[in-house]
Amino acid sequence: MSVLRSVMSVPLEKVGQRLVSAERLGVSQNGRRILSGIDLELFGGEIVSLIGPNGAGKTTLIRAILGLIPYQAGRVDKAPGLVIGYMPQRLEIDPVLPLTVHRFLRMSANVGKDEISEVLREVSVPQLREAQVETLSGGEFQRILLARALLRNPDFLVLDEPAQQVDFQGQIDMFELIEQLRTRRGCGVLVVSHDLHMVMSATDRVLCLNGHICCSGAPEAVSAHPEYVALFGPRAADSIALYHHNHRHEHDLSGGVHQAGSKRHDHALGN
Amino acid sequence: MLDDFFWRALIGGIGVALIAGPLGCFVVWRRMAYLGDSLAHGALLGIALGLVFDIDFTIGIIASSIALVALLILLQRQNRFASDTLLVILAHGALSLGLVAVSFFEGQRLDLMVYLFGDILAVGRGDLIWIYSGGAAILAVIACLWRPLLAITVHEELARAEGVKVSLVSIAFMLLIAVTVAIAMKIVGILLIASLLIVPAAAARRLAQTPEQMAALAIFAGVLAVVGGLFGSLEWDTPSGPSIVVAALAVFLLSFVVGAGRQLIRPRHRPIAEP
Repeated sequence: MSVLRSVMSVPLEKVGQRLVSAERLGVSQNGRRILSGIDLELFGGEIVSLIGPNGAGKTTLIRAILGLIPYQAGRVDKAPGLVIGYMPQRLEIDPVLPLTVHRFLRMSANVGKDEISEVLREVSVPQLREAQVETLSGGEFQRILLARALLRNPDFLVLDEPAQQVDFQGQIDMFELIEQLRTRRGCGVLVVSHDLHMVMSATDRVLCLNGHICCSGAPEAVSAHPEYVALFGPRAADSIALYHHNHRHEHDLSGGVHQAGSKRHDHALGN
Repeated sequence: MLDDFFWRALIGGIGVALIAGPLGCFVVWRRMAYLGDSLAHGALLGIALGLVFDIDFTIGIIASSIALVALLILLQRQNRFASDTLLVILAHGALSLGLVAVSFFEGQRLDLMVYLFGDILAVGRGDLIWIYSGGAAILAVIACLWRPLLAITVHEELARAEGVKVSLVSIAFMLLIAVTVAIAMKIVGILLIASLLIVPAAAARRLAQTPEQMAALAIFAGVLAVVGGLFGSLEWDTPSGPSIVVAALAVFLLSFVVGAGRQLIRPRHRPIAEP
């Protein structure tokens, strides 16, 4: 696998190890089916991007994987002793709670000053240790959230829209940082994003979600996949597509797929 | 020079301020001011329970408060009404039930004013024992729960992902408020308990840099309010409970002045570097 080449320097037992898998996973909330028939496997040392339009169930899927919400069908398996670092999508700290960055980071694990200084260097904001959390910018706070996830020494990082509310350069920086972390720590990373362009460079594998997994594979392959094109429109695909398919292929309201022909598009998956 | 009753009032009031400081901070952080107020209203049902079953009023109030918390949690799980709606239904329901029940005990000559506004000057040795033993227990539980409680206050889901038993901790917290209300009632009365939880914590906010500092400052503000209020009430012959709340209000306003002054001298740290 080409994934492994870039991570040869990290301990091998982590890389390539299966961390999490889901089989025929189905989640309903308030009687509404949100996810169905989800199969996935996530490995150590691999960056997987979960993309999909708003309401596709991206956050629901990672909540189910993390065990934060119950699921009604299928199963989720985690490697024994798996430590997950989670970075939630939105976290607003009420200014009525006085909190320094240092104090905020100490909440996730019993860690000392040195570890906190070190992890802040790792996410490139060492100067923020004594800053009040309420004074941080969006980009700074995202890095602090990432640092908090890292302090647990995770085997698996789950990042829900880590680069939102950050400008373009900030997004690029964040994805570069995530890639560095994967290389240095050898952990698996699952990144949620609504924008395939943003995740392109750093991602090994893309899962495109819309209630079910529409398609998956290398970013270039997914961007050319008809289901991806159907979800995001041809223009989203054009800028990065390697192939152009024009199969007729539509989604109905319940998230089901009407395939124009019975032929699958496996040739586009590139693995 | 000072009478025994005044010393008892002072010691009791300070004891309540010690509990109310840290707990009040969490009430403010978790936006649960309404819960404290509602439990206090419901305490009158506890007094009625005490009369009916001839048990200690404090125990009656603790029992009714726990029942209210349990009902609230059950109804919240139904997800049909917002919490503030449920709280009004439960609290005013319990208050009215209590008032109706108490009216059957005309002969007892229950002085409702004492319970509504407190009578700190009638604090007896038994009350002091309640305040200090109950208070020590409450503070011990808060100390144990401090970290998970803070974690769920910042972000429930993140805390859950990090292994905190969220519902257990939040139920424990509500029970702590219930017991505190029962203990503090004698000092400021049903109508003013919430202010003793919230005003000192609010006063502490502007001067604190960390949650722990805020809790310590809230204790200090509470003690200041109790001492100031009691001496004021002695000096000007005013009702003690409301005097304490007025003093707390003064401390709150003072914290603005001090906070603004500190800001003038030493502007708050604002990191310049954007990564």
